[in-house]
Amino acid sequence: MQKYDALIVGGGHNGLVTACYLQRAGLNVLVVEKNGWVGGAATSRELTPGFLYSNCSYVCSLFRPEIMRDLELPKHGLQVISYEGGAVFTRDGDYLASYRDHDSHRREFARYSKRDAEAYERYARDVTRQCRFIQPLLMRTAPDPFGFRPRDISELLYLAKKFGEFSPHEMAETLRFWTMSISDFLDEYFETDVIKAYLALSGIIGTALGPMSPGTAYVLLHHYMGEVDGSVGAWGYARGGMGAVTQALSRSFQASGGTIRTDAEVSKILTRGGRTTGVVLANGDEVRADLVVSNADVKRTFLKLVEETDLPGDFVHRVKHFKMRGSSGKVNIALDSLPEFPALPEGSNCIRGDMHFTDSIERMERGYDAWKAGRWSADPFLDMMIPTLLDPTMTSPGKHFMSCFVQYCPPKVEGRDWTDADRDAFAETVISQISDYSPGFRDRIVHMEVRTPREIEAEVGLTEGNIFQGELTFDQLLFNRPVPGYAQYRSPIHGLYMCGSSTHPGGGVMGAPGRNAAAEILRDLKRAPEQMSKAHDVI
Amino acid sequence: MNAMTKSAADLRRAARDHIRVPRLETPFHERLMAISEVNDWYNWAGYKAPHSLTDGELEYFAIRSTAALFDISPMVKYRIAGPDAERYLNRLTLRDVRKLGVNRVHYTAWCDDHGHVLDDGTLFRLGEQEFRVCCQERHLPWLLDSAFGFTVDIREETEEIAGLALQGPTSYAVLRDAGFAGVERLKPFDIATFPHEGGEVTISRTGFTGDLGYELFVPRARALSLWDRLWAAGELHAIRAIGYGALNQTRIEAGFIVANADFMTAEAALRADRVRMPDEIGLDWLVDPDKPNFNGRRAILDARRNQTLKHILVGLEIEGNISAEHAIVYHRQKHEAGLVTAATWSPTAKRNIAIASLERPYGSKFTEDLWVEIYAMRELKYQKMMKRAKIVPRPFVKLPRRTATPPGLK
Repeated sequence: MQKYDALIVGGGHNGLVTACYLQRAGLNVLVVEKNGWVGGAATSRELTPGFLYSNCSYVCSLFRPEIMRDLELPKHGLQVISYEGGAVFTRDGDYLASYRDHDSHRREFARYSKRDAEAYERYARDVTRQCRFIQPLLMRTAPDPFGFRPRDISELLYLAKKFGEFSPHEMAETLRFWTMSISDFLDEYFETDVIKAYLALSGIIGTALGPMSPGTAYVLLHHYMGEVDGSVGAWGYARGGMGAVTQALSRSFQASGGTIRTDAEVSKILTRGGRTTGVVLANGDEVRADLVVSNADVKRTFLKLVEETDLPGDFVHRVKHFKMRGSSGKVNIALDSLPEFPALPEGSNCIRGDMHFTDSIERMERGYDAWKAGRWSADPFLDMMIPTLLDPTMTSPGKHFMSCFVQYCPPKVEGRDWTDADRDAFAETVISQISDYSPGFRDRIVHMEVRTPREIEAEVGLTEGNIFQGELTFDQLLFNRPVPGYAQYRSPIHGLYMCGSSTHPGGGVMGAPGRNAAAEILRDLKRAPEQMSKAHDVI
Repeated sequence: MNAMTKSAADLRRAARDHIRVPRLETPFHERLMAISEVNDWYNWAGYKAPHSLTDGELEYFAIRSTAALFDISPMVKYRIAGPDAERYLNRLTLRDVRKLGVNRVHYTAWCDDHGHVLDDGTLFRLGEQEFRVCCQERHLPWLLDSAFGFTVDIREETEEIAGLALQGPTSYAVLRDAGFAGVERLKPFDIATFPHEGGEVTISRTGFTGDLGYELFVPRARALSLWDRLWAAGELHAIRAIGYGALNQTRIEAGFIVANADFMTAEAALRADRVRMPDEIGLDWLVDPDKPNFNGRRAILDARRNQTLKHILVGLEIEGNISAEHAIVYHRQKHEAGLVTAATWSPTAKRNIAIASLERPYGSKFTEDLWVEIYAMRELKYQKMMKRAKIVPRPFVKLPRRTATPPGLK
């Protein structure tokens, strides 16, 4: 039986990033993936002939440029293109647009409030200051305050030093930022409902919290930390859909000699004497490996794939209570022509960016009320995009793929499992909301894929369909992610590591958890991470 | 109430088309466009503004020898009015507004509570209870929040009000021939209004060039007729429209600073150490500790008392004739002492001049043996030079005609 140096459970973007770095460091690495394709939640799939769907994640910003360069992803076909614009449609037939041009953006805000227009600069400055503080932490292993190794102490000192560069006033701001609700935070800058609603979206996306829940301000920050070619906070499309990210990773991995096995679901991670020895696949095959790295979320890994008796009770308890709640769904639509939005001026760029229909924070919060009661929001908020306006590779000219991220959507419907009828009713709320703003929308639909937490968990494997493998609230960040004492990608079982978004610095197609995990593994193997460049400077 | 709401929504809808002209044109754009030979535009606060129109060097000499017309419409403008306007502005800004008479202007600055400068600008007292602030950056939330407890009305009027600077030795002659009778009585920093096309134009004897000069403000609708009136009268006085390049040269000669060029404003600075107190950018003379409390007062006075000021702004005269823009300043050619924020060869003083921000004690205690390292790109090669720099008082160029009243005709 062939034995691998390292086996990666799950071919999501983080699993592939870890696999690439380990293979390049000279290990013999196998990636096993339960689906017939790799990609996890970063996939492009042709679900109807002639249309490629980014059927889970749909925009790219957070993916670290250091990783793209180290792993030669451009050579393996990855291109990320910036998009511009965006709009929230208001119920009175108007809209609030977003423009890349600074002064156009200000004048658009000024249509609603001159004060808010000028407040945006202060807001952007404060958010940027906080991002500049956090960005360097993304590509570093969080210090473990429970261990007293010199490395942890020096990392804690690094954190303290970074923090110390702030004025006392800014330190106070940071603590507030990490704990406040996005609604309270925005109230300190803006007075206009639609402006606050537009900005609040990043604070609750993928999160089972409402805009008025404490902790959501940080979630917004998490979405501002990305960049496209050095333009911080910018978002882009992966050309060819989000699968282009993982396709490039898998080509890079295979080019360096790595092996991928698809249709190979892991049913058990094997351990002997507190040490992992490999995995058993669903078909009964046993694969031996010195190291096993799980790209699956922390609950799936330790509550389903590992024997509970092999784990410390406290650890299991913590994993069980790690917050990873399903809160969102996705409706992917193939269109035979470009939808019209009569509220927008002809030729508007807004349609090339993210479009929303929720024009007040109160509406978002009410959407969350439904989730708490175990129902999907009757008036959901949508993050809707048409990437085919900028990406010619996903369908033929004139036809379009539309991605609709939908929130809120509970993991269970009033305590019971989702049914197909529930799913169809959920989709109907989405289509009917779009149709209110886009006459004739239904007639353009060629095909539609509807994904509730049920579908996302079944296909991608994300527990409850939580897109971040665990919520991004301060109690679950840094050395508390996923479990205190186990925040450095290692687990209670020797040789078993974690590399998914359940680990620091968290979710989004960022790749940082995968890279950081590889760095820790190589450290344990006493190999120099030569193929891994340092995190870019934030100066 | 319903009718009001509706009209607000209608106004909002009507404003949608702003995106058709992402780079705004000033009220004078038509005239500038007709004159521009070089199409050398830059973005000034969202407006299309000329860097030069024909030839920067000749434009400079228009300012110093005849009359130069410069479009200042993109300056950010706020109207502040009401019974508490004086008290409010006195609380907001550094100088004593009670000493600012009606129809007078003063240069001032304002700070946040930490004493860090938010901006500098000119404060026009148009009436007992009416003021206009002209500045570089936008401050509406700050102005509104600071108004808590004051009966005052604050309105942003940048787009509504067109502005022109008419500067140079023949600028008075131009105004006289344009029929602004009585303008000769204006002393520096005086304001007066004059009839124009059935309305009014506000003229102040102010400017950014250190020369004889005036600034004219008029509602947008009467902008072009004002331009034409000045242009016609200016023909015999060699009037010339100019861009920012020439103006910048004269403002350095005059020793004036520009926000977010010579210092970072507190609301724009991302890095905590980039903000500046008035005393750190040469504005200590604006601070009036004897007037009632104002924003930043305690922090500024504490910093003075505890000697915690970290920077200082100085004027430098540099040997040679190569402009030292953004050069590093050294002490004894060795220790980094600061940065040149603006520099030019002064055609009027025939000197190589610069404004620099130094880290104390350089510039305060160590004022001798300063050097600048100039990297001059010449035909794809850097010529590296270490040049001696001497701290000199600003302005670098002082012209008696700037203050002579009545003003000269040439």
